Amino acid sequence: MKKLIFAISLIALLVGGFMLGKNAATTDKAATAEMTNQKINESPAKADKNDAAKAVAVADLTGYKVGDKASDFSLKNVDGSMVSLAGMEDAKGYIITFTCNHCPYSVMYEDRLIALHNAYAPKGYPVVAINPNDPEVQAGDGFDEMVVRAKEKEFPFVYLFDDGQKVYPEYGATRTPHVFLLDKELTVQYIGAIDDNARAAEDVTTNYVVNAIKALESGAQPDPNFTKAIGCSIKAKKG
Amino acid sequence: MKYLFSISMLSFLLIFTACSGQQKSIDEKQTAEQPKQTEATSSDTKNITATDIPVYNFERFQKLLSSDSDTTFIINFWATWCKPCVEELPYFEAYHEKHKNEKVKVLLVSMDFPKQIEKKVVPFINNRNLQPEVIILDEPDPNSWIDKVDPEWSGAIPITIIFKQDKRGFFERSFESLEDVETTVAGVLSR
Repeated sequence: MKKLIFAISLIALLVGGFMLGKNAATTDKAATAEMTNQKINESPAKADKNDAAKAVAVADLTGYKVGDKASDFSLKNVDGSMVSLAGMEDAKGYIITFTCNHCPYSVMYEDRLIALHNAYAPKGYPVVAINPNDPEVQAGDGFDEMVVRAKEKEFPFVYLFDDGQKVYPEYGATRTPHVFLLDKELTVQYIGAIDDNARAAEDVTTNYVVNAIKALESGAQPDPNFTKAIGCSIKAKKG
Repeated sequence: MKYLFSISMLSFLLIFTACSGQQKSIDEKQTAEQPKQTEATSSDTKNITATDIPVYNFERFQKLLSSDSDTTFIINFWATWCKPCVEELPYFEAYHEKHKNEKVKVLLVSMDFPKQIEKKVVPFINNRNLQPEVIILDEPDPNSWIDKVDPEWSGAIPITIIFKQDKRGFFERSFESLEDVETTVAGVLSR
């Protein structure tokens, strides 16, 4: 009797094992079939979602214009402290830079941002870097990764996390890197690129941000006060 | 006796749990590997070299942004390093494949830097067997030419321009399906 039951359990194990293998095989097939279907069949609901996403994107583009007064914020810095512009004493302006870890254009500007901060923070214009990306959409842009990168590069400036993505839409940032130069009263004085050559710092002919600060320092209006650059789209939370 | 019986029951239970567990992990794996699988569907592979990819300055490139011919142009700006660009690429590949016998031209304008062609762009095209034509746009000071591509463009990628003669549409967004591309193209052509 004991032997019989042993035999039953053995068969059970064998059958089970066979089923497991077979199951895996069919799942593979099913998954492949599903993939093919997914490629061909598309629900109209998705198109609606696109329109909604597009509407949001267009709304985002209506952020600050030069001359607008920007809002202050309170965002977590890589050192764990909460940072707001009001807390930066002696500042005569702020180089708000939406940037991130993963984007190659952001990476190409890391050293230039460090140099910019080292040159202009003592003159009252600190770099305030903000990562606007949703880390669930863009791997590598989470707070912990920001801390690691800031340490690796020894960022002399604050590197803040736009947790909940409230700040970047208000400013109207669309890409990384994207600079908003504010004066002491938080009036937006310049929006755009850091300079005119992302790829090679040595080939830069116009330093847009530096020129804008120099203009402010001499009591003039930055010219140009708005530029465009290629960059990575900001990764918004998927709704 | 009863003891042994419960062991055999237990082994059954274990197997079923293992089965469903296995199923789940396979599903997840499949989802994660989906883009790779789509690449591998075509059996023949491309074997291009860096010299096969033309590099345009903006002046030369600008001529590609309009045409009097009755061809429908779909011009997509992308880069190998741009995640949303690579994610939407299968839909442009599918569109290209579906309409290859029609007057339709899908052009993929890469924003990869020329020094990355050999290392990044060529392997990308070959491994994926990417069929639509790829060119590189290489021009410094994007501020001087972004508005000439479209004044609506912020500079972020991906973007897609769809045009046929004087009908034209600009889209600074990601496409989510082949149907999305089809509907959008049809929308532009019915303007």
